[in-house]
Amino acid sequence: MDQTMSSKLQSSNNIAQARRTVQQLKLEANIERIKVSKASADLMNYCGEHAKYDPLLMGIPASENPFKDKKPCTIL
Amino acid sequence: MCDQTFLAATFGPCDNCSANRPLMNIYLKNEPINYCSLCVELMACQGLAPGETLASLKTESENLKVKLEEERAKLHDVELHQVAEKVEALGQFVMKTRRTLKGHGNKVLCTDWCRDKRRIVSSSQDGKVIVWDAYTTNKEHAVTMPCTWVMACAYAPSGCAIACGGLDNKCSVYPLSLDKNENLAAKKKSVAMHTNYLSACSFTNSDMQILTSSGDGTCALWDVESGQLLQSFHGHTADVLTLDLGPSETSNIFISGGCDKKANVWDMRSGQNIQSFETHDSDINAVKFYPSGDAFASGSDDATCRLFDLRADREVAIYSKESIIFGASSVDFSLSGRLLFAGYNDYTINVWDVLKGTRVAILFGHENRVSTVRVSPDGTAFCSGSWDNTLRIWA
Repeated sequence: MDQTMSSKLQSSNNIAQARRTVQQLKLEANIERIKVSKASADLMNYCGEHAKYDPLLMGIPASENPFKDKKPCTIL
Repeated sequence: MCDQTFLAATFGPCDNCSANRPLMNIYLKNEPINYCSLCVELMACQGLAPGETLASLKTESENLKVKLEEERAKLHDVELHQVAEKVEALGQFVMKTRRTLKGHGNKVLCTDWCRDKRRIVSSSQDGKVIVWDAYTTNKEHAVTMPCTWVMACAYAPSGCAIACGGLDNKCSVYPLSLDKNENLAAKKKSVAMHTNYLSACSFTNSDMQILTSSGDGTCALWDVESGQLLQSFHGHTADVLTLDLGPSETSNIFISGGCDKKANVWDMRSGQNIQSFETHDSDINAVKFYPSGDAFASGSDDATCRLFDLRADREVAIYSKESIIFGASSVDFSLSGRLLFAGYNDYTINVWDVLKGTRVAILFGHENRVSTVRVSPDGTAFCSGSWDNTLRIWA
């Protein structure tokens, strides 16, 4: 991970920018976090619960999908 | 498309010392003011605590960055794809182009679905914005913008208006009328004004507010009726290329990605930058929320797509292959969040298994870069727009 401050700004050396950065980093360092295992489990559960409602995942019959062409019917 | 003019100084009398100098356009409590750079420095120095110098602030910020990484690493106990090993693998996917929408004279840059699941608005380099009926491929409305490179377009939640903008630095809203003969350009309303190109726009939950992002490095929230700036979001250090609103009606956050390789999470009400993710190696071209709102995916010029979890505050998955060397321009999730559709500059669309991190399909068809990929609101199909001037509906 790149640890250097942005070098694109002309004024990255000025005090106003540095103070803002310090304040922002303090805020970010202090937020509440959860473990990746818990976050991953939640993502998996969401997928599992909603999978059956996902037409692109499950595939729905052509008759129900307005974009899929319906097979032509032959009248006997 | 990254130019560094967003900090371009204007020249004139300083609001503070009245000397004629190059001015910096800054915001104090959301009010724009023009101070010369000397006065900006003096103002910043006055707020310094004893013993604070530029060097000490820089060391402090470096230390804080290290601390931030340590805090994040403490909770990194497992990888997403390891947890996902017990999930069933996906079968073969057969997705074909079901409709091809032809009519743009030049590169298609942006598309958006209407909530009615059948209409699509698309904008192009030639300055035209077209509203299509995706079922029949008919064009319902066409607007000619006064500028080329219309990089952003959005459908209003009600379906009664569209917003678009690009090199004109503005976002304009056009109410759509049922009368096909009516000249849409006559009712145009200019809502947003930036100091550089408009890269993305989106209506919030209603037709009344629009969120925009711009090459000037800022995002902004506007009231459509009055054109007033409600909130501005500063923090990116280069062009902002993309934004996405939280999916739930009650969430007040949105995400943005830019040429500074950062993806930022913002609080819409306070303008505060809540979280920032900087793991990409190049410009972030697209960001999209996971359907649950707890995570988001990003696509970048570094040829990877990544998944970031907001509650774990870190990147949890990376979607890449050695054979993929072209940048990803656009990403979108399927309805359940299991599939990630990503459009690339090598003319293909790759479909990724979000949980396992593997690619499940690669879709060919476009004859030039894929610039935008959007799943329909009911998840039955997705639409891709490309520099080959066409849109394709896949299902």
